[in-house]
Amino acid sequence: MKLVTAIVKPFKLDEVKEALESYGITGMTVSEASGYGRQRGHSEVYRGAEYTVDFVPKVRIEVLVEDMDAGSVVDVMVKAAQTGRIGDGKVWTVPVEDVVRVRTGEKGATAL
Amino acid sequence: MSLHSLATADVPFIDSGNTAWTIAAAALVLFMTPGLAFFYGGMVRTKSVLNMMMMSFISMGTVGTVWVLWGYSEAFGPDLGHGLLGNPFSEFGLHHVMTAIYGYVPAAGGSAATGGIPGMAFVAFQVVFAIIAVALVSGAIADRAKFTTWTVFTVIWATVVYFPAAHWVFAFNGYAAKAGGWIANGGLFLHGHGAYDFAGGTAIHINAGAAGLALALVIGKRVGFGKDPMRPHNLTLVMIGAGMLWFGWFGFNAGSALSAGTLAAGVWVNTLGATCTAMLGWLLVEKFRDGHFTSLGAASGVVAGLVAITPACATVTPIGALIVGLAAGAICALAVGLKFKLGFDDSLDVVGVHLVGGLVGTLLIGLLASKSSPNGSGTRDGLFYGGGFLQLGVQAAAAFTVLIFSFVVTYIIGYALHKTMGFRISQEEEIAGIDQAEHAETGYDFGNLFSGSRIGHHPSHEQDARHHDETQEKVEA
Repeated sequence: MKLVTAIVKPFKLDEVKEALESYGITGMTVSEASGYGRQRGHSEVYRGAEYTVDFVPKVRIEVLVEDMDAGSVVDVMVKAAQTGRIGDGKVWTVPVEDVVRVRTGEKGATAL
Repeated sequence: MSLHSLATADVPFIDSGNTAWTIAAAALVLFMTPGLAFFYGGMVRTKSVLNMMMMSFISMGTVGTVWVLWGYSEAFGPDLGHGLLGNPFSEFGLHHVMTAIYGYVPAAGGSAATGGIPGMAFVAFQVVFAIIAVALVSGAIADRAKFTTWTVFTVIWATVVYFPAAHWVFAFNGYAAKAGGWIANGGLFLHGHGAYDFAGGTAIHINAGAAGLALALVIGKRVGFGKDPMRPHNLTLVMIGAGMLWFGWFGFNAGSALSAGTLAAGVWVNTLGATCTAMLGWLLVEKFRDGHFTSLGAASGVVAGLVAITPACATVTPIGALIVGLAAGAICALAVGLKFKLGFDDSLDVVGVHLVGGLVGTLLIGLLASKSSPNGSGTRDGLFYGGGFLQLGVQAAAAFTVLIFSFVVTYIIGYALHKTMGFRISQEEEIAGIDQAEHAETGYDFGNLFSGSRIGHHPSHEQDARHHDETQEKVEA
């Protein structure tokens, strides 16, 4: 199994979610995140005093999938989240040793 | 002049319209202090919003109290000499004022035919000025002043700095007492030429601004000033506060007519006009300098305009008011950067907005005063209306006397308190947040994991323990 994590622009969340649903993914975890990549943050001005805000708001989407689905899920997410402009985010995959559904105790692929 | 007005000129009578307006205006002005609490509260960080608001609120508590005791008497009681101070003991506790009727204010454009107001209406109207003048100072020492010391400071500062200044500027001859203040009536080195300050540009704004600067210098910069971001934590609060200030300010300025008529109406319109152009002036400076029209800039421009038009609202024409506002908005927007250049931490720009704004308004009277103003034909024209440099000189003398007096005396009071009671909380408390340290409260409960557990009723701990023992004994028996 794999954990696919995507950091995307907040306004792309709905599109990514819909794309994943139509691919057949039944669940995901979403959290607010902040950070910066090459574009750094933004600046704000209060009465002429400038403040640099390093961290830009982002959304983190996590999906657990079977090994064979991982590549396609990454493609689906990238396609849905892409604007072509700087700050679009990243998607990565890491191996997962085991998964347990808390309610039933099912393990592995059946728990997804 | 009709027989009727001749008769009323001699016998003081209460005019219900004037009285109604003055009392209503007093309530409007009182509303400005909570407005200021919001305005200032929004500009500090989350961890010090309550302390910031409390510094305004406690000013109502202390100044309102001392006003009844000796403040009113010090500002408006019989003059002790040369228009410098009223006798603090003659009207102590307001015991002579209840039945008094105050007539018109000649220097503010009233006429003898205008009916008077009850002495208590005047007492009510003037106390709210004293309260907000004191509260304004707190903006310079945000996040770091010991609350007890600030509370003591409000009483001392009002007594030693504000009430005398109010006497100078607001005590007209023959109004509340026979002889009044030297700035209002042209005493001392003004040689009979009174300065125009309709609603308190000198006594309130220059005074509070200079005091703010002095205190900021005495107690020093916030920890991390110039390095850490100290962004306003809630600009919506700032906007609410600015709105409340603007609303209340119509009572401040138009109420200073102490009558409901042409003067008050003209002043009302001038107050509006200047505030509007000041907002535009501030925003234009921001757009050119920083690239954006900010909400904090709009709110600050509003306050700068209100400050500047306060002294000038009766003695300039509506066009003059637009000019005063525009100048104040632009100049104050440029002036708020001073603290970074000069290295003092006037946290919420009391100097940049109130001192500079007050100076702009007070000095522009010397240029723009006109007989076509709400104050009417008795006005001495300013430089631009052919009046020469006389009025400008008088205005400058009044403004800078108040500035220097306030700065020096406040510095001494602040320094004395700093060396005795201590004017600053510890660095550790400041970093953790003054709300927690000084008030055992936090402004916002975000309901997180760390929001606390278990409610203790500490005054009754002992009782609980005893009660517990008794029940134990009963059970054992």
